[in-house]
Amino acid sequence: MTATSLVALENVNKHFGDLHVLRDINVTVERGEVVVVIGPSGSGKSTLCRTINRLETIDSGVITIDGQPLPSEGRGLARLRSDVGMVFQSFNLFAHKTVLENVTLGPVKVRKKSKEEAHKRAMELLDRVGIASQAEKYPAQLSGGQQQRVAIARALAMDPKVLMFDEPTSALDPEMVQEVLDVMTSLAKDGMTMVVVTHEMGFARRAANRVIFMADGEIVEQNTPDEFFTSPSSARAKDFLSKILTH
Amino acid sequence: MEAFLANFNVVIDGFSWTIRLTAISAVFSFALGIVLTAMRVSPVPLLRLMASVYVEAVRNTPLTLVLLFCGLGLNSALGLSFAESVEWNVYWLAVLGLSAYTACFVSEALRSGVNTIPFGQIEAARSLGLTFMQNMRLIVLPQALRSVIGPLGSVLIALTKNTTVASVAGLGVQEASREMKLMFDQGVVPVLPTFIGFAIGFLVLCLPMGWIFGTLSKRMAVAR
Repeated sequence: MTATSLVALENVNKHFGDLHVLRDINVTVERGEVVVVIGPSGSGKSTLCRTINRLETIDSGVITIDGQPLPSEGRGLARLRSDVGMVFQSFNLFAHKTVLENVTLGPVKVRKKSKEEAHKRAMELLDRVGIASQAEKYPAQLSGGQQQRVAIARALAMDPKVLMFDEPTSALDPEMVQEVLDVMTSLAKDGMTMVVVTHEMGFARRAANRVIFMADGEIVEQNTPDEFFTSPSSARAKDFLSKILTH
Repeated sequence: MEAFLANFNVVIDGFSWTIRLTAISAVFSFALGIVLTAMRVSPVPLLRLMASVYVEAVRNTPLTLVLLFCGLGLNSALGLSFAESVEWNVYWLAVLGLSAYTACFVSEALRSGVNTIPFGQIEAARSLGLTFMQNMRLIVLPQALRSVIGPLGSVLIALTKNTTVASVAGLGVQEASREMKLMFDQGVVPVLPTFIGFAIGFLVLCLPMGWIFGTLSKRMAVAR
């Protein structure tokens, strides 16, 4: 671990009751790196992702973002969270606000940008994710793929240091998965630091710098996508890959 | 009927006090209800406990007792007074009691509204860096409110009718039912038509409330 790692987890442990969901996790994410976290369900990968902006608390260990330890509550935590973008499986757009309002809310209320500035930037971002024409609609009027692209624009509007994706395509109809992955791939190409929990192995191969394989709350192995997918070293990774790649 | 109509200005005057009691109490109970709701979903355990104890205690006390407490307890025993004139003093004591009581029902309605909001939206707001108060004000309460407009209409109708308790529960506040009782006491009006007249008066007040809140509830619904 280096002092300059953007995200660093040191000896992180978490329990849900008797279940030990994160076991001595040590992992770092460097600036500009795209890390894909894969593993069977229940392996703790979503929990890992959610601990990084403290949507889940941890029992022990240290998490630092850009060298700063994660505060446990209050304004310090809110400020740090604003630097960690989050894209959820279920989009979680604000249902009572338009697409545009969803994207400008954070910049105006948290970053204290002017409405005009936030509006201009939001339209650029919506244009980038291909939904500028839907800016005045409400989330319920959009398809799942469109909603998820708005959610990505909403996270980007905060100019986050790192973007977390918690299974961003798992709740989508199959024909909408690609449009979301395309946006994510283009972000990765542009040098955005990303942590992506996903089952999309194609995306992992194409866009990731590093693949982390988790099982039973542990990081079992991590490697470049080429190495990992062609010659996984652990038995559990081999078993997992054989189950998802054969059909 | 003529006697009833001859006293029509008294009837109107009584209902004007009913409306004043209702409107002011509605404003205060709504404000207190929002504060109680925010406390009940706050991350601070002590605030949650205080709000729950308040709501459960007051909600389960008969309104008559709450109003008697305002008159006999707060005013007579503890010397709390809001105004020089008796008329306005009892009016504000009644507003206090009605608001303290109705706020519990506002809070219960709002809390059920809060529960309709998918928790993911609250997490999304947190991850944008919104503070608890911003999250309440911008994301949670606007949606909670819009989903419970119908129930809040029922609370308002109940409040309107509950103002009649304020005159019998020791406070002697001016309001419609008190005027009715005074008219009976004077023995100048026929009983049944007068009853019906006042009942119609309350219908005229309450029916539109139901319509308005019903319409608002449909118009303001958040599509999910």
